[in-house]
Amino acid sequence: MKKNDLILAAAIILIAAAILAFQFFSQSDGEHRVEVTVDGESFGTYDLSEDQTVEINDTNRLIIEGGEARMEWADCPDQVCVNHRAVERDGESIICLPNKVVVSVESSEANELDGIAQ
Amino acid sequence: MFKLRSRAAYFGVLTALALIFSYVETLIPIQFGAPGIKLGLANLVIVIVLYKTDWKEALLLSVVRIVLAGFIFGNLFSIIYSLAGGILSLAVMAFLVRTGRFSVAGVSMAGGVSHNVGQLIVAMVIVETYQVGYYLPVLLISGLLTGAVIGIVAGEVLKRIRSLEFKTTVKEENR
Repeated sequence: MKKNDLILAAAIILIAAAILAFQFFSQSDGEHRVEVTVDGESFGTYDLSEDQTVEINDTNRLIIEGGEARMEWADCPDQVCVNHRAVERDGESIICLPNKVVVSVESSEANELDGIAQ
Repeated sequence: MFKLRSRAAYFGVLTALALIFSYVETLIPIQFGAPGIKLGLANLVIVIVLYKTDWKEALLLSVVRIVLAGFIFGNLFSIIYSLAGGILSLAVMAFLVRTGRFSVAGVSMAGGVSHNVGQLIVAMVIVETYQVGYYLPVLLISGLLTGAVIGIVAGEVLKRIRSLEFKTTVKEENR
């Protein structure tokens, strides 16, 4: 191998590292939101960075606190959603089947990767 | 000195060789952690042809091999992806060979990296999102490694087949 080869390799590794570093730092301040839908229809979108309480149609109460969202109260008998752990990461969701309430976290950037190649 | 005089004959042999390498690669069961990362054994033949003849021959061989391998082992998408990667990497490699400042390993490394970059560009166009760009660092490094392996092997092969001459011109044959 010639010296130029090593320089080329080093340059490529540097570029890759730079992109990785850029991704790492730009991803940390990515804003996450929770989207609430009732019976398939959008009820509202709420910022995860803001502490707030959301009343969903008198059937559920969602609390957003410290960057994560949890269902505080539900009028249904099974209480699955209330016992569900708090969600904070992109793609996570809390689902209350009896009231058809879906709370899902999504980042502000669309995460629509889908594999179509082999 | 041994010469492969007929262009059609050596081109057929090399195409067969490249196809066999494509096939052998489908037999390797190891997954390299991320989808789409493979050794690119067939590019070994492409690199050797690039050094032994010129970029036109290598380009023809590359395109023929990709289309054939795509029909046999892949699908339309794999042909499109491979063509983009193959053509871009060949362009980069031919340029680097012409500068004369890099060894076979270096040229092949650049080829491996640009192969992946070409595929990523097509993926961006097809998926219509630049989000796949987040995959770039992985593809850069994997292209670098596989390109280096292919390049080192190609360098060794080239050393040993120095007496083998691929290049023939019609004028020479007619004499």
